[in-house]
Amino acid sequence: MTELLTIDGLTKAYPGVVANDDVSFAIGEGEIHALLGENGAGKSTLVKMIYGLVKPDSGHMTLRGAPFEPAEPRAARAAGVAMVFQHFSLFDALNVAENIALGMENPPAQRQLAARIRDVSENYGLPLDPDRTVGDLSAGERQRVEIIRCLLQDPKLLIMDEPTSVLTPQEVEILFTTLRKLSAEGTAILYISHKLEEIRSLCDTATVLRLGKVVDSCNPREKSAAELAEMMVGTKLHVPNRERTEPGDVLLQVTALSLKSANPFGTTLKDISFTVRAGEILGIGGVAGNGQDELLAALSGEAPTPTGCVKLNGDGVGHLGPNPRRKIAILAAPEERLGHAAAPDMSLTENALLTAAIREGLVNRGFLKWPAARGFAERIIQAFDVRTPGPANAARSLSGGNLQKFVIGREVLQRPDVLVVNQPTWGVDASAAAAIRQALLDLAGNGTAVIVISQDLDELLEVSDNFAALNEGRLSTPRPARGLTMEEIGLMMGGAHDLEVAE
Amino acid sequence: MIRLEKRPTPSRFWMAATPLLAVALTMIAGGLLFAALGKDPFEAIRTIFWDPLFNEQFASYSRPQLLVKAGPLILIAIGLSLGFRAGIWNIGAEGQYIIGALCGAGVGLAFYPAEAWYIFPLMVIAGALGGWAWAMIPALLKTHFRTNEILVSLLLVYVAEQLLASMALGAMRNPEGGGFPGSRNLQQYPAASNPELIAGTGMHWGVVAAFIAVIFAYILLNRHMLGFQIRLTGESPRAARFAGVNPTALTLFCMGTSGALAGLAGLFEVSGPAGQISIDFNQNYGFTAIIVAFLGRLHPIGILLAGLLMALTYIGGELAQFMLGLPAAAIQAFQGMLLFFLLGVDVLTNFRIRFGRSEVA
Repeated sequence: MTELLTIDGLTKAYPGVVANDDVSFAIGEGEIHALLGENGAGKSTLVKMIYGLVKPDSGHMTLRGAPFEPAEPRAARAAGVAMVFQHFSLFDALNVAENIALGMENPPAQRQLAARIRDVSENYGLPLDPDRTVGDLSAGERQRVEIIRCLLQDPKLLIMDEPTSVLTPQEVEILFTTLRKLSAEGTAILYISHKLEEIRSLCDTATVLRLGKVVDSCNPREKSAAELAEMMVGTKLHVPNRERTEPGDVLLQVTALSLKSANPFGTTLKDISFTVRAGEILGIGGVAGNGQDELLAALSGEAPTPTGCVKLNGDGVGHLGPNPRRKIAILAAPEERLGHAAAPDMSLTENALLTAAIREGLVNRGFLKWPAARGFAERIIQAFDVRTPGPANAARSLSGGNLQKFVIGREVLQRPDVLVVNQPTWGVDASAAAAIRQALLDLAGNGTAVIVISQDLDELLEVSDNFAALNEGRLSTPRPARGLTMEEIGLMMGGAHDLEVAE
Repeated sequence: MIRLEKRPTPSRFWMAATPLLAVALTMIAGGLLFAALGKDPFEAIRTIFWDPLFNEQFASYSRPQLLVKAGPLILIAIGLSLGFRAGIWNIGAEGQYIIGALCGAGVGLAFYPAEAWYIFPLMVIAGALGGWAWAMIPALLKTHFRTNEILVSLLLVYVAEQLLASMALGAMRNPEGGGFPGSRNLQQYPAASNPELIAGTGMHWGVVAAFIAVIFAYILLNRHMLGFQIRLTGESPRAARFAGVNPTALTLFCMGTSGALAGLAGLFEVSGPAGQISIDFNQNYGFTAIIVAFLGRLHPIGILLAGLLMALTYIGGELAQFMLGLPAAAIQAFQGMLLFFLLGVDVLTNFRIRFGRSEVA
């Protein structure tokens, strides 16, 4: 295989951290090349350098033998490098063809462009109507707009950053079919992900980054997922374990919960019903934006509901706010760490006080017991191995994984009867994620009813007893997680959202 | 290239040092301004900052003025700082100050010429209630109809000013005043007056109230759950709701407290240093207190010091006007510089300055 892009000794340092340290590897023509690494390993910085968004401190790249030093994304695109970002940049109010025209240097007339969009979309099995308004499209369809925008440039190298995080398993399969076809036609793909099974099924080569350095490269098909994980993390990963206990009585019962979102762009919850028993973990999957935040708000008490919609031990608690719910041991950890679960500029001691004032007795007739609050913060730091100089440090000074351990630890140590967590390991490094999952399992082992809302299906299958999926504000009927296939889960999540591979 | 880089944790050193740096920069820039006006900058700065306190000729008059001027500023700024901490912007303290004075003076005048110990306490209560009620208008409009409290509270200042003029000319006019506008002088009505408590210090009940407010605010913000909720709401409203804070109740509390304190300041002023309700009774204390609150970094002790400093520039500024013939506008520009530099150097608390190459993207 001839080499398309060679990267030689790329280094990029930011104050306090070397994001990329002497990174070298090569991508062949038509190769699907995985870039594998944990959050913070330097994957994003590396692709930003390839795409001309960041200038390397040293090192150089060659593209088809010629020196390649893109000063800006336009130069990279002109050289045949295209990128699909994790977060889309589309205008909701415009239609597909208009959105694509906005990203082009010399857009052709709308009618011609629409015809080309149809051509390309049919060619690559990505059905897309150029006249539809983007605001009406699902996340999977929006991603197609981005991909087709790239394909219209006829790229030699397509960079994809975590493309499957917004897709159902069915949609992932359609995407992979497209990518394989592109590869067969000679387009190289640089595929960034930390999802090991996907990389094993799709990629020809994998380059593993750890702390900004290339630590290994391999053919992922010849390795097991556990071996890949070990390369990525550098140590043997702790696999969460638990003794399966018989679930106890029903603790939390949610009945016919319908709730309009407080956010005008939010999702309305529609007729949600489920029960969770003591010692049970209910996993709730689904693509982001299908009502996860709203469900957490309804369970934490931030969004009050009719009394009977939420019951604890048979008593209606739906009307209670967050603090009365804490009093009766219903605790929650929202998704957004900075600004929702924790106040960024406040110290860890103050953040411990944020939810633990009542249950830990940190307040006496309205007066704060600072030593007790500090003690509780120190207990969280100790018990959950939070890496920080001390509880006086601001929440925002912690890395994502450490702050998440603090946030989860804060709730776990308050001995909840019901714990609701939303995206507990989002953006968290693998070892911290394993620690958090273990803590949730231990909590359930002690008789807590746990609800885990997550986009990470592997995580949900690992920890859950029962699984349900949120799709457009509706919750599927929970089913035992053991024995569920990806196919079944995908259908619960809404299947391919009416998209099928075009023949 | 000079770049700003966000600090992981706000710098404690700069949090304390920025006000001092701002004062120093104000002196330098103000000195240049005075020099440009053809005055000796060192003499001008000395006249403003030193002479009011230590000049043998003026100090006996101007030293008591320091507390007289600082008292209402501190009292109002303490109330405002609670709301500002929570992101609730009461800009209309001037109006609440006027209404507090009108209500308090109204009670006092209604009792005239009776002599009883309870008259002055009743006036204090009426003053606080008047300011509170005037602040409740923007507060309730905000919580029930989502109006902007900045706009409503500000515009109510002008309503209060019209009310003040009407009272000074009509209902509260001194019947023995020969037709001149203005009420009876409360200083000449012992049961309703707020006298100087210790001769030669300027200390009156309003200054005492200001010191008490500083202590209470300090305890509230540092030791009490309500103060924690105020700070949390200001830092991160969503986290505050998650922590169980009721935003409506908090808005009403912060607006009400700042209004009541502004009303108290007005009452102590009208029954003390000012003595009577007059058309031009209000002296922009309510607006200057906003500067004082920020100059003191919204911290009670900081506000205490900032109030004294601000009072000093007022007294020193007046002194400089008649001693050196500096125009009043130059003094106002000088005070404006103080706020400008304070907000400007504030960036150092959360950012550090780096010299070096800039980043692409």
